Amino acid sequence: MRNTVIALAAVAALAACASRPEPTPTPTPTTTTPPVSQPSGPTAGSAEDFRVSVGDRVFFGYDRFDLTPEARSLLERQAAWLGRYPNVRVLVAGNADERGTREYNLSLGARRAAAAKDYLVSLGVAANRLETVSYGKERPLDARSNEEAWSVNRNAHTQIVSGAVS
Amino acid sequence: MFRRIFAAFAIIIATALAGPAHAQVRVSVDEGHLNPMPIAVVDFMGANPAAQQVGRDVAGVIRANLDRSALFRPIASSAFIERIQALEVPPRFADWKIIDAQGLVVGQVTPLSDGRIRIDFRLYDVFAEQQMTGFTYTTTPDNWRRIAHRISDQIYEQLTGERGYFDTRIVFVSESGPRTRRIKRLMIMDQDGANPFFLTSADAMVLTPRFSPSTQMITYMSFETGAPRVFLYNLENNRREVLGDFPGMTFSPRFSPNGQGVVLTLDMNGNSEIYTMDLGSRARRRLTNNAAIDTSPSYSPDGSQIVFNSDRGGSPQLYVMNSDGSGQRRVSFGSGRYSTPVWSPRGDLIAFTREGGGRFAIGVMRPDGSGERILTESYLDEAPTWSPNGRVIMFFREGRGGGARLWSVDLTGRNLREIPTQTDASDPAWSPLLP
Repeated sequence: MRNTVIALAAVAALAACASRPEPTPTPTPTTTTPPVSQPSGPTAGSAEDFRVSVGDRVFFGYDRFDLTPEARSLLERQAAWLGRYPNVRVLVAGNADERGTREYNLSLGARRAAAAKDYLVSLGVAANRLETVSYGKERPLDARSNEEAWSVNRNAHTQIVSGAVS
Repeated sequence: MFRRIFAAFAIIIATALAGPAHAQVRVSVDEGHLNPMPIAVVDFMGANPAAQQVGRDVAGVIRANLDRSALFRPIASSAFIERIQALEVPPRFADWKIIDAQGLVVGQVTPLSDGRIRIDFRLYDVFAEQQMTGFTYTTTPDNWRRIAHRISDQIYEQLTGERGYFDTRIVFVSESGPRTRRIKRLMIMDQDGANPFFLTSADAMVLTPRFSPSTQMITYMSFETGAPRVFLYNLENNRREVLGDFPGMTFSPRFSPNGQGVVLTLDMNGNSEIYTMDLGSRARRRLTNNAAIDTSPSYSPDGSQIVFNSDRGGSPQLYVMNSDGSGQRRVSFGSGRYSTPVWSPRGDLIAFTREGGGRFAIGVMRPDGSGERILTESYLDEAPTWSPNGRVIMFFREGRGGGARLWSVDLTGRNLREIPTQTDASDPAWSPLLP
């Protein structure tokens, strides 16, 4: 469907060009490259829109659960997006890196999820639209054991559960 | 499957052949690794080829158990001089002294008319030229391994003066698949890695199983219903259930020493607190109350105290409280971050995971925090569990990039061994001695 819309828009643009008075005497249609459709991005209001256009993960320091300025800024964008799509419900999952024992990291992940949720609620997102879960160190984003991997594995991941545009 | 493992032996009869009380041979659990006791375990005799095969298998399991303990050094059968012909005839002790055997184990397997088998064994003190003990077991043929473990426990007890730990099982988490989409299933096996089988499917990730004192129940954490929830698994009927209707995530469960309750962590909105739940009434009681992380509770064996993990002081440390929640006090003061405390079945020590300098160690300390000793250390050693006699600690070890495996180490810090498992494995829990 989206592709059809883009194609129609492209035809309209071509038509507009063609109708404009053009000094060039001999247009050669055979060499005209078809206009490349601009990447339109994900459908507004979709889960992909949220993930790509807004960002779905905020990151934390080692054994920390306080929100960095970058995390706050991203959660503010998440809150604004959730404000535009009030039917969307989300699950905020807290994650930890491997440097900590399993049970402690379940608690640490819960703290991170709660920190992200609490900030979203303070920004006006209704609390009953947000669930939280902790995966502790069980679901790393990056399988490696180094600083780079640990820094991305310490996160709160806002996942859309329902209500997004499909 | 369950019947085979748990309901298998019908009768155990102690024979009237127990030896005099002044036998001399003895190995020290604390010092034995330095000079393991040479012991001869002869293939058990059998009246027919099938019985002879069982006899060889039983002796093999006994030798492997004793060897793994590192307190004993089984002598190679090729060195034996005397060929044991009958259980009733005393061995020629001189033939066993020559090969330096201090203990001698002989036995026989007898098929019975009802299809069961009888297994007899004798343990001799070679230098005192005396029988130390002897037992007769009657069981189904497929249960020979448990008899071999029982005999191993008898030998261990006679020669060390302490309870054995061979007739036990390990419940653990079997791991497979890439680290970012790891599959974790509950698995159970004998203490030596034999008879492994799955308890849960690959559909839900499970963590941290622990045995009840009865050995018939397991409590663990599962993502089966989405968020972490403490479950109970009944080994008698293979049924599982969510424990309690808690208003948040529940994890880190352990049974109370009488098996009537579970202590666990309830997390509500990022605040982890320790609760108990009575398994009869399902009444719950909160034991901690502050904004810090409080988790990983473990009872003292008399049930009067609980050791747990808290970061209320700024980093994860070990705390002890009375089992009603009163008298909370910090006990770990060394350098590093302490977690996963587990009280020894003997009550004298607490095992823990210590993290520091980018490495993880397994150690023990007294319940008041004194006498800390590190037993083993690597990139990631985690989650100690005690053998029921409090002499061996099992844990899991993971390298950079994952790949967890089970290991054991003695309380002395010696005898570090990998436990054979078919898949990667973590979160071991040692059962009490089987009934």
